[in-house]
Amino acid sequence: MIRFLLKGILRDKQRSLLPVIVVTIGVFLTVVLYCWLTGILNDTVELSARFSAGHVKITTAEYEKNINQMPNDLALTGVDTLLKKLKNEFPEIKWEQRIHFGGLIDVPDSSGETRSQGPAIGFGIDLLSGDKSETDRFNLSKSIHRGRLPARPGEILMSEEFSQKLKVNPGDTVTLIGSTMYGSMAIFNYTLSGTVIFGTGPMDHGSVVIDLEDVRNALDMSNAAGEIVGYLPDNYYDEEKVNQIVLRFNKLFPKSEDKYAPVIMTLRQQNEFGKMIDQIKHIGGVMVIIFVFSMSLVLWNAGLLGGLRRYIEFGTRLAIGEDYSHIYKTMIYESVLIGIIGTISGSAIGLSIALYMQQHGIDLGSIMKDATIMMPAVFHARITSAAFFIGFIPGLISTVVGTALSGIGIYKRKTAQLFKELEA
Amino acid sequence: MKSIIIPALLLCVSLNAQNPSAKEIIEKVDKNMSADSRVFTSKMIIHNPRNTRTVESKSWNMGEKRAYTEYLSPPREQGTKMLKLEDQLWIFSPETDRIIQISGHMLRQSVMGSDLSYEDMMEDPHLLNHYTGQIDGKEKISDRDCWVITLTANTPDVAYQTQKVWVDKDRFIPLKKELYAKSGVLLKRMVLSDIKQIQGRWFPEKILFKDVLKEGDGTEFQIEEINFNVPIPEYIFSKASLKK
Repeated sequence: MIRFLLKGILRDKQRSLLPVIVVTIGVFLTVVLYCWLTGILNDTVELSARFSAGHVKITTAEYEKNINQMPNDLALTGVDTLLKKLKNEFPEIKWEQRIHFGGLIDVPDSSGETRSQGPAIGFGIDLLSGDKSETDRFNLSKSIHRGRLPARPGEILMSEEFSQKLKVNPGDTVTLIGSTMYGSMAIFNYTLSGTVIFGTGPMDHGSVVIDLEDVRNALDMSNAAGEIVGYLPDNYYDEEKVNQIVLRFNKLFPKSEDKYAPVIMTLRQQNEFGKMIDQIKHIGGVMVIIFVFSMSLVLWNAGLLGGLRRYIEFGTRLAIGEDYSHIYKTMIYESVLIGIIGTISGSAIGLSIALYMQQHGIDLGSIMKDATIMMPAVFHARITSAAFFIGFIPGLISTVVGTALSGIGIYKRKTAQLFKELEA
Repeated sequence: MKSIIIPALLLCVSLNAQNPSAKEIIEKVDKNMSADSRVFTSKMIIHNPRNTRTVESKSWNMGEKRAYTEYLSPPREQGTKMLKLEDQLWIFSPETDRIIQISGHMLRQSVMGSDLSYEDMMEDPHLLNHYTGQIDGKEKISDRDCWVITLTANTPDVAYQTQKVWVDKDRFIPLKKELYAKSGVLLKRMVLSDIKQIQGRWFPEKILFKDVLKEGDGTEFQIEEINFNVPIPEYIFSKASLKK
């Protein structure tokens, strides 16, 4: 019977074309929206991961407790050995050392005395080793507003807004006043090589980026780092993979009483990221449900219209002796077939477009330029395994339910009136 | 009649000597602890959670508002100089050849990672000029009888709104202090020891500072040598002296 129905659908374009088109469009929109929302969530999480959290972060147990204070006196020591071990045990992860610090940036006048001054948040990252991973992760090359990236030790990058507040230009000398790992006063001169616009308010207000070795020298942190962050190979935060890494790490470094023993945190375990991820997922989920529900209504309506359009056909079939339930059953089977065809074609089109958006993204930089929260400028779609079957909810289920509801009308038709109706 | 009045008067005088007012106690404490000028070399032994460091310095103080400190060791700190005039501080760093100005709340930050703030380190305030006292009771500290006095600030420019001070009854020197913020939160504890007679006054040669909001076992501030009321050349308290 299925083969018979399929032939009917393929041969009678009037009966099948419109429902298939409607299902295809609905499924295509659902798949694209789902992939895009997943991508936005991923991009937002990735932005936080790139700048601060990593996919996993290793610190000392004490540092982790006070992480918001950037307590470099509690930093990891013997980092070379630790890093070697991590690279051996987790070769799939890209590990980076970082020093996050607070301090004052002081600008001298011509006599060397303070002309302007402001509090700064500093990032000590690898800028000069030749490995461009951190430069790319911070998107520094594209974010340069004036001047250039640091090319030699003793050079510093500053957010454009901060440089304007302090009235400094590339080439000027600025002094960092901070605290060494051992609590001494650290005062170091740097040359401003360039200014950057990060595109996120919190970082643009007052941050500086300095090469890791320069920061180590200034803060007396030889072979030490506040944090070691790790990134999964394709820069996609996969909670399952990350949890596996945590399990392996905890076997390698069992919990101890030592306050300075390394501990690992996933991105979700840091600050409010877990809550943020859940909230974004929740909002995304609600949006997808609303959209899927609306598409379901449209497709349900399409099913109802189909039933009404074929009012005469069903009357004739009843008049020539076909059973009510047989007609109803064939309608349902037909809607299943239409739903499958529409869902497959809609998913195929939706996934192709999502794939393009995953690779190229949509640049909303001009809209986001005044944003005060850490949000990316280019939004990419993300195809996940769920994207392959999300379309079946509106595409198949709604079509079938719509048809099933409209089909109930068949049972209300009275055979005695059929000829009258047909004559009319 | 005379035979009754004179012994009664003597008894009153003696009772008054045994129960001085808070103001009188603070006055005597100030006489021991503060001076018109003082020059001293000191050692700060800073017990951080991970290590212990010793920082040596020489300081010149003139009155309440002028102070100059030069750091003598360790090598990383050697040559760093600080000048404090009123509520402004200038720091000279020999490595950068820069004079950096610090003011406002920064003066309440830790000096060299110790439990002392710049104000603790460089100011010599007369308690009576800034606080009103009230005797709360008597206690024993290290087997010595002490007055327990609560000092409440009557000027707005003090680092600690309230101080609880245990004053040695015989030597009029604080043996213990608790320093509180305006909110009532305990900020620091001080234990003063090695009390010696120096140039006609009692003075503690060792003070243990403990910033209760900070980890670690506190900072021992040890006086190596101190001279009170000595003449200090005016140029010491000028920015020009920082680069000398």
